[in-house]
Amino acid sequence: MRKFLSGNDAFAEGTRLARPQVISAYPITPQTTVVERLSEFVEDGSLDAEFIHVESEHSALSCAMGASLAGVRTFTATSSQGLLYMAECLPYAAGGRFPIVMMNANRSIALPWNIYGDQSDSLSQISSGWIQAYAENAQEALDFALMSYYIAELPEISTPFMVNLDGFHLTHTYEVADVPTQSQADDFLPKYETANRVNFQTPQNFGFSAGPEWNARFKRNQHEAMLNVREAVAEAEIRFAGIFRRKYGGLVDAYRCDDAEYVLITLGSISGLCREVADSLRESGVKAGVLRLRYVRPFPDAEILGALRTAKAAAVLEKDISVGHTGVIAAHIPQAKLNVIGGLGGADISAEHIRSIFAALRDGEEGLKWL
Amino acid sequence: MAVADKLDAREFFFGHKACAGCGGSLAVRIALKVLGERAVATLPAGCMSAVGFNFPQLAFTNNAFISPFAATASVMTGLEAGLRRRGETDYHIVGFAGDGGTADIGLQALSGAIDRNDNIIYICYDNEAYMNTGIQKSGLTPLGARTTTTPGGSRSRKKDMSAIIDAHGIPYAATASVGYIDDYIRKVEKAASIKGTKYIHVLAPCPTGWGIATDETVEIAREAVDVGVWELKEYENGIWTTNIEPKNPDRVEEYYARQGRFRNTGRKTQNG
Amino acid sequence: MQSERLYPNPAEIPNSTAFKAGYLVTKNAGWRSVRPVIDAGKCVKCQQCYLYCPDGTISPEIAVDYDFCKGCGICAKACRLGAITMIPERGDADA
Repeated sequence: MRKFLSGNDAFAEGTRLARPQVISAYPITPQTTVVERLSEFVEDGSLDAEFIHVESEHSALSCAMGASLAGVRTFTATSSQGLLYMAECLPYAAGGRFPIVMMNANRSIALPWNIYGDQSDSLSQISSGWIQAYAENAQEALDFALMSYYIAELPEISTPFMVNLDGFHLTHTYEVADVPTQSQADDFLPKYETANRVNFQTPQNFGFSAGPEWNARFKRNQHEAMLNVREAVAEAEIRFAGIFRRKYGGLVDAYRCDDAEYVLITLGSISGLCREVADSLRESGVKAGVLRLRYVRPFPDAEILGALRTAKAAAVLEKDISVGHTGVIAAHIPQAKLNVIGGLGGADISAEHIRSIFAALRDGEEGLKWL
Repeated sequence: MAVADKLDAREFFFGHKACAGCGGSLAVRIALKVLGERAVATLPAGCMSAVGFNFPQLAFTNNAFISPFAATASVMTGLEAGLRRRGETDYHIVGFAGDGGTADIGLQALSGAIDRNDNIIYICYDNEAYMNTGIQKSGLTPLGARTTTTPGGSRSRKKDMSAIIDAHGIPYAATASVGYIDDYIRKVEKAASIKGTKYIHVLAPCPTGWGIATDETVEIAREAVDVGVWELKEYENGIWTTNIEPKNPDRVEEYYARQGRFRNTGRKTQNG
Repeated sequence: MQSERLYPNPAEIPNSTAFKAGYLVTKNAGWRSVRPVIDAGKCVKCQQCYLYCPDGTISPEIAVDYDFCKGCGICAKACRLGAITMIPERGDADA
């Protein structure tokens, strides 16, 4: 059914269809409306789940870990300071291999205080062991809610999944999105089964210490599972297309990159405008392309190399800065010699800005540039 | 019935690496023998998790998990909700956190759980300092006690956890001592029979941190009650009831004098 | 110290931090400098030693598990009949 939904609403609809059994969350702008919707679904009976009102984000994720350890599907959501407040629990959930799904409403981090959108929060946690994806629009947000559970819960993956939505630009912007039926969602998403849970017949000890002789083995297992996500995404997207008739292209979304000479690499909701600018440049004979990173963990290095095959120059446009170096994404892509930092604290990124980035690429500019 | 007959004959916390004479390990051991094999234990960072979960030496024979330090109660909440959702019945969600894990870093999460009245049994084993990291002052270190961060004796009083807990209107709370094991067993049993949040605060001396011999743990835990430094009481229906009256309130100085942590600090104790 | 049980083999290493409950690969006997010896003639099986042992190494039938007893001496103090004596180890505690 087609509905007019905000990004948060769409994600809440997708989460409802995924039937999590325990939801624990703490409010923070601009995440609030997603947990408000979910608490309404629980209240009106359209979602049969426990909604646990925890006293902090640290407890939100800890409670989700407890529920996941009990063997049920769990959900939480946060943003910005909240993500940082639960930061201790991020690698904890990943190391414990709890396939929790969390929506993060991308927001600037203090100081200075700012409630608007940028990606400093999630990108600061890129090494936490979570799968990280970035939605571009409400439909993709809804679809990620379903696909994230499918991928995270595959036994060979068993890794938590953070879906990022640009604060306000996506979380609070209304668009038309197709909301699938519950039976379609149930066809797509199997019941969660795991051996990584409390079992009274075969009790286990969980979350233990592992000394120097064992430690790397566990970390390596995590790393290898993360690398397997690429294949899991492909499998999930084929299955998804079969049921919902919507196709996604894996870890990246390459637009007109096949013969592109100048490629702009970015992520999140700004990508649409970047594609419009690329289209207009194409009309004036500039071979422009846009590469949207849908996932940053696992990092789509092979996909990026493929998309830059014909490129003379590439730039990364991102909404974060790893203070003292470059943006976090640019640091991953040595082929992109130009790194443009924009949109910090919700600053507008205009078509003119994007045109200026392509112009800089054509002029051979390199290094770090602030919009 | 003899008190030992109330216990499961099996050991659920065995082969751990706690120091000889550890009061905390006795508190954990006994509670699990009361609660049985369907107890799911949550332990934050602290002595009992450090000594019990060194892969591949895993000392809990029931399901047990190390939680983040600040999140004992929150993990318990999630476990309880999750197991209930799976259709499990007849299980106990029990937490064992130290004094620092309870009165300091874990207090916020504990407050949240009591506020929601989650069906859990939270046991604070109180050895009156951060013993696992090498005897640093916690919020439950008593006035005058020497720790490695209060070399001249602690300048602050032990927090009144009972008052903090009862202010939440909890269904059941109790204090206990590993020196009065029958009383502790009865309280854990009682907690297991009540729905909602239960809190038991058990005094559990640490020979290493207190400056006593390894065979004095139980004796000193009993003496703390007998001289009136640690009151055994329980809270139900909004009222605290004292269980055991101090026998020797006039011998409180002896209690302090026999512990290395109170000697030669030149600072006064909670009792003068 | 030799352990009775083997360390898990690499194929057994779990992906998550989850492994068999109660899996013991080392003993604690080597920690001990004194050991409790029970005088069966004096013991009335009141079980105080069993109740107060922090390591659970005295069975309800009052048999000491010397593989795991750390020799703390709490049992000897708990015994009201003086049926438990702590005697020095001779250096063969691992045996």
